[in-house]
Amino acid sequence: MRGIMKSFPGVRALRGVDLTLNRGEVLALLGENGAGKSTLMRVLGGAHAADAGTLHVDGCSTVFRTPEDSRRAGVAVIYQEFNLVPGLSAMENIFLGRETSRVGFVSGSEESRATRALFGRLGANFDPRTPCRTLTTAQQQLVEIAKALAFEARILVMDEPTAALTAHEVERLFGIIRELRRQGLGIIYISHRLDEIDLIADRITVLRDGRNVGEAPAGGISRTALIGLMVGRELKDEFPPRSSVPGNTRLEVHGLGRGQVVRDISFSVRRGEILAMTGLIGAGRTETARLIFGADPRDCGEIRLDGNILDIRSPRDAIRSGIGLLTEDRKLQGLVLRHSVLENFGLPNLERFSHRGFLKLGIEREDFADYARRLGIRIPGPEERAGNLSGGNQQKVVLAKWLARNCEVLIFDEPTRGIDVGAKYEIYRLMNELAAAGKALIMISSELPEVLGMADRILVLRQGRVAGEIADARQATQEEILHLAVE
Amino acid sequence: MTLKPRLSRLLAEHGMVLVLLLLCAYFSIVTLTPQSATGVEAARQVADVLREFPGGSARVLIAVSDQPGDPEFATEIERLLAGSGVRILDVARGEPRQAREALQRISASGGRLDAIACTPVSGAWLVFTDLKSDFPSIGEPRRIVPREYRWPNFLKSGNLLNIANQIAVIAIVAIGMTFVIITGGIDLSVGSLIALSAVLTARFIRDYAGGTEAGTAGMILAAIASILSCGILGAFTGSMITRFGIPPFIVTLAMMLVGSGLAYILAHGQSIYQLPDSFVWLGRGADFGRMPNAVVLMLVLYALAHVLMTRMTPGRYLYAVGGNREAARLSGVPVRRVLLLAYVASALLAGLGGVIMASQLKSGSATYGNMYELYVIAAVVVGGTSLSGGEGRMLGTLTGAFTIAVIQNGMNLTNVESYTQKVVLGAVILGAVLLDRIRLRTRDSQ
Repeated sequence: MRGIMKSFPGVRALRGVDLTLNRGEVLALLGENGAGKSTLMRVLGGAHAADAGTLHVDGCSTVFRTPEDSRRAGVAVIYQEFNLVPGLSAMENIFLGRETSRVGFVSGSEESRATRALFGRLGANFDPRTPCRTLTTAQQQLVEIAKALAFEARILVMDEPTAALTAHEVERLFGIIRELRRQGLGIIYISHRLDEIDLIADRITVLRDGRNVGEAPAGGISRTALIGLMVGRELKDEFPPRSSVPGNTRLEVHGLGRGQVVRDISFSVRRGEILAMTGLIGAGRTETARLIFGADPRDCGEIRLDGNILDIRSPRDAIRSGIGLLTEDRKLQGLVLRHSVLENFGLPNLERFSHRGFLKLGIEREDFADYARRLGIRIPGPEERAGNLSGGNQQKVVLAKWLARNCEVLIFDEPTRGIDVGAKYEIYRLMNELAAAGKALIMISSELPEVLGMADRILVLRQGRVAGEIADARQATQEEILHLAVE
Repeated sequence: MTLKPRLSRLLAEHGMVLVLLLLCAYFSIVTLTPQSATGVEAARQVADVLREFPGGSARVLIAVSDQPGDPEFATEIERLLAGSGVRILDVARGEPRQAREALQRISASGGRLDAIACTPVSGAWLVFTDLKSDFPSIGEPRRIVPREYRWPNFLKSGNLLNIANQIAVIAIVAIGMTFVIITGGIDLSVGSLIALSAVLTARFIRDYAGGTEAGTAGMILAAIASILSCGILGAFTGSMITRFGIPPFIVTLAMMLVGSGLAYILAHGQSIYQLPDSFVWLGRGADFGRMPNAVVLMLVLYALAHVLMTRMTPGRYLYAVGGNREAARLSGVPVRRVLLLAYVASALLAGLGGVIMASQLKSGSATYGNMYELYVIAAVVVGGTSLSGGEGRMLGTLTGAFTIAVIQNGMNLTNVESYTQKVVLGAVILGAVLLDRIRLRTRDSQ
């Protein structure tokens, strides 16, 4: 790819990007959110046509106008949100649109033979007739890869493939990627997780503001230097210094349970403390948070705040008791994307922003302006639609709405997922400030450096139970946490 | 901000208002017809001309037909010219025969005639075309008619009020439908509830309030009882949707059949007309100038609903529930209660629509409101409310309702067949939604 440019109304997403991918190579594409990675990927996938620039595949100049063009040229793009029909089986998805049909009838035997061959190549050991709806994320990813291989893709583009995978699944995926590399495929690997890059990539290309800003062989550049390239400045530390000292106990959870997902979980959080809750995907971390917040009904368990038993039956009850939840999925659960930032901010606070049902719009606006300043929310105005914001700003808006509610206990579920490095640091700083102000914080995270860098205390969950607690996070190691999480 | 984006934003925000205005302009142009004043105003114009006659003592015959306004025209001229020196020799009312007799009387008395005051209708009577040969003795009288001017039939105030009155029921029911559609739902039962409410009101009045002798209190109680009955059905619909998670389309489809069936059962398949004359007050009366009461009620309800949606907590909750139900729930919005209230409100307003319709037609029948749900949904959608929920404006719905009414009225005035009207209406609904799509697409790509 040479000099690729792409503009959208008001945004120049790509300003002349060059990219070279060799056969049998894993190229890591790095950059903050908004650096142009996704746009570049969409150009490769034929979802967007480039405004300018040239594209050569195996020496032949090509133009991608539609996804079909790029597929024919042997390029397969696996987006973060999979393109699978939930009701169809893995096999049917793999052959969707290219059914091997005889006189209109789908030839099942041929497809299942081909699918078995593909699954063999990938080491997938589940029934290809399972509907995709019931497959795990990792299995769905395998189906996507199989789909790409089925039309003999030579270039595979993967966007944040490990975002929703457990450590074990990541290992397996890396095995598959290495095998595909050996078979001669070129792979473009997009990720925020710097640790993974060293493990899997051969070469690294860094984008910033729609331009190439650096290229290096993997392992030939330090982590700090990489982050520096991505943000355009030296980030001294990934985590801001902590200053607060935990005080007396605020939130106590005792014997919390729901079905097989959450079984007898007990813990407490103190004033000014950040308690990290970690574990593998499916360990019951998010589910525990949802039980505390009343989002799901609990079978058993007791929740106390400052010694008083809380009767929480719905999120409304939890919010009234002073508990706030920053959901893992901001787009689906945290924000009404089509509505303005201001309306999103006001939603849990309407009792305060209204009098006898009539809204006090001026107060709402002033309050928001206040929080926007304190949290450093950078938007054109409060009327901006929440969906137009970057991940970091969205997270700050969600935080603002809970702070305006004066929540005493805040549960952050993967607070920095999908947020770029610079904004991450600000979120961490805000969390520290909140702790220093005497709030009790629970941080659910899969990213162990984040857990170690931010928490005072670590709770490791495994299969719906507390697998262990590390009382002093400063002395903990990643190995120690993983040991508890996996065993 | 330069002019172009501002213009396109204006178009995007108020595109439907513009379409409505364009439609009004179009129908105004095509219904432009010669008009003249009638009644008192016409008399004033004619009297002014007669006073200015040379000599100041014109001898006049007044000839009018018996159309509305004509008797007033004649008496007002007499009143205006009394004592002015102008002599009114005779007044012919009704048909050309009366005019001929009057002319004969004037001719027989040997009098001279200077002018004939007529309306555009009587002025065209054949009897006046050949006066010189028929009645040579009276001279050559001039025919004086009110000034003629061109004005669209569409834009006559009577027609405009008629449009408003025609759409009042649909527009009022569309308020409730807007609540429901903004939450991402749909209510197909409103048409049946209109019928049920009309039948219930008529039956309550006939059976319990004294029929044609019913008093005001009885009628009000009957109306309230019917509206509340619809509200109870709405609460049932809402709880089916919120408690059991049945899709609104299915629940309200079922309620549409139930409601319609109940209406037929209660009416025994007949029209109930034993209602007092005063019952038409709501549907046909006009206590505020010439504005019909139903239209006044409609405007008041829209004003309240607009305030509710833009300035009050429940409005915010409705939008939030429609925009992202899970995010709303996790923000502490009482989602089930909000949804329930939307369906109850929709049913109550459909009930009110039924009462108004019974009052307009002075009877209750199970055939009322047939297919109204589709017109109501059309009004909401044409008004720019998204069927996927979370977006829409109350005043948009009012615009949508009026757009539909204007198209129907305009086509009636231009003698478009009713079958053709359906085709046009369908095309307009599609066009409106298309306009909305384009609006959203341009907005989202920014």
